[in-house]
Amino acid sequence: MASLIQTPFGDRAGMRKAYGEALVELGRARRDLVVLSADVSNSDFSYMFESAFPKRFFNVGIAEPAMVDAAVGLANSGFVPIANTFAFLFSTRALEMVRTHLCYGRANVKLAGAYAGLSDSFDGPTHHAITDLAILRSLPNMTVVVPADPLAVARLLPQVADWNGAVYFRLCRNEVPQIFTEDYEPEIGKGILLMDGDDVTIVSCGVMVGRSIQAVRILAAERLSVRVVEIHTIKPLDAALVERCAVETGALVTAEEHSVIGGLGGAVAETLVQTRPVPLERVGIADTFAESGPYPDLLDKYGLSVAAIVDAVHRVLQRKVACALKAAAS
Amino acid sequence: MTVWVGSGVARPSKRNRSEKSREKQVEKTIGYEGTFLADRVYPRGARHTPEMIADLSRRAYEYRAQVLRMVYERKSGHIGGAFSIAEILTALYFHHLRIDPERPGWPDRDRLVFSKGHACAMLYTVLAHRGFFPVAELRTFRSLNSRLQGHPEPGKTPGVEVAAGPLGHGVAIGAGMALGAWLADSRRNVYVILGDGELDSGVIWEGLLVAAKFGLSNLKVIVDYNGVQQTGATATVMPTEPIAAKWASFNWHVTEIHGHNMAEILDALDRADEIHGRPAVIIARTTKGKGVSFMENAPHWHGGIPDDDQFRIATEELQEGVRQWQA
Repeated sequence: MASLIQTPFGDRAGMRKAYGEALVELGRARRDLVVLSADVSNSDFSYMFESAFPKRFFNVGIAEPAMVDAAVGLANSGFVPIANTFAFLFSTRALEMVRTHLCYGRANVKLAGAYAGLSDSFDGPTHHAITDLAILRSLPNMTVVVPADPLAVARLLPQVADWNGAVYFRLCRNEVPQIFTEDYEPEIGKGILLMDGDDVTIVSCGVMVGRSIQAVRILAAERLSVRVVEIHTIKPLDAALVERCAVETGALVTAEEHSVIGGLGGAVAETLVQTRPVPLERVGIADTFAESGPYPDLLDKYGLSVAAIVDAVHRVLQRKVACALKAAAS
Repeated sequence: MTVWVGSGVARPSKRNRSEKSREKQVEKTIGYEGTFLADRVYPRGARHTPEMIADLSRRAYEYRAQVLRMVYERKSGHIGGAFSIAEILTALYFHHLRIDPERPGWPDRDRLVFSKGHACAMLYTVLAHRGFFPVAELRTFRSLNSRLQGHPEPGKTPGVEVAAGPLGHGVAIGAGMALGAWLADSRRNVYVILGDGELDSGVIWEGLLVAAKFGLSNLKVIVDYNGVQQTGATATVMPTEPIAAKWASFNWHVTEIHGHNMAEILDALDRADEIHGRPAVIIARTTKGKGVSFMENAPHWHGGIPDDDQFRIATEELQEGVRQWQA
């Protein structure tokens, strides 16, 4: 199990480049794959697909609603379209198209949301996507996938294309540490136990997976046994795994590069409150817009630091102990 | 011939006999029970004979009567925009479209994007009479457990290609379908039915740009320009004229026709198919609520529901419309 994680982490590598390469490889494997762009292909690196397969690449200009609608038409024609633009635009400007045609109309369209979370850090809150998981997760028939490192992008993208129905594939703009080893074999809809432990479980996604592992290494020095589960598929959530962790460790912390409202933490809370209510702490961005700045600093300032995860583990363990004492007293 | 009789809707219980018998007479003569010409299809390429034009024109009135009944019985639906598109949909489904009700998923079928989804009672009526599903099913319109949703849902209703209702999607979706046909090296065409009210929507114009950029000559848009939207005349709600000049300036081929004249519609569709190098639009000048005097050009009948008297009068007027085309 530990063999899924590189120790120490590998060098930092670009998520955009990983996406562009995976897209080209997929285009080679699948002749029915088409790519649409709202004129940011040199940002999200879908230009790599354009270079390799110009006939199957369509730049519709700065027209995100029309891009999603055109993708609906291509899906109706038997193709597998991947629409590309900044993540926030799918869950804001083009949302009505996504809801009406991808979700209600079940158009088999994939959305690659670039620059998600705070990763377009310097461009500021207009370009950050910190509510996209909440918005898209609430839509029936939508699947939401968040890769955590370049290998995860390469391993998950073909599954996104194979998946029967709409998928939102949430991508980070920046270079991130390479976390996973070659043994990492993610499967859409299934969480992955990355590190075992008994005292508490950290459930995380995206860039917060690496930070969660770092937190666990700090907590190990305190002789705390912490489990780490990666939930790369926010929807459908692997509820069985989350519930098992609640039973086995009695406390959970969620960690995500997203608002604390409605994302991974919300999904885990919704599941546990009905089945296995245990103390739960959510690490995420407080209900606020962020600001411009360097990416790691921005993550730290807005509540996503390794220390914030460590603190959340401490808090949840105190609550767990308090619950146990209360139960013993009654 | 599938028979569609009765209503299942509670009617006022106290009525005099003459009124009842008059209603029965109307039901009998309006044609639910056998006056349809067995949903005859005139194959693509068939010559537009006077008989064919008269037959299709007559059936457009019969389909209006069917829509009227669906909305009257469900007390819900949109009549005005359904009536304005009757001849155009009849021309497309019973002559121009290369489709096969036996194979709704046939990859090389022509695509029809019904962008003005609120008028779907007419789409459902035409699809049923074309054989995509039983005509009897039309009575389930907007009911629980029905395949005929308030606005079109693909996958649920055979023959419906895309969801519609929120307005403005048709051109961009059609552009995607046209790109798909081009990529697949298919000769299939894509037809999009727009209302004029939805021209207010920005994504329509995004779609125009996209279609023109890629020179999608396999994309044909028909605008049901009936001049009325929900709260009033389009000219006052949101002026879109000069509409032909606008489309032309977006590098589309533009024609304007009388949208209730079957011969003009059939000819315009044929001519549109001969346009190469750019997408084509047919601006069809129509009348909202066409065929019923008190519904014509009245914004109320965008979503108005006829009462018993209005239903009877409207049925009689549509019946007159049927008669005028009978040999």
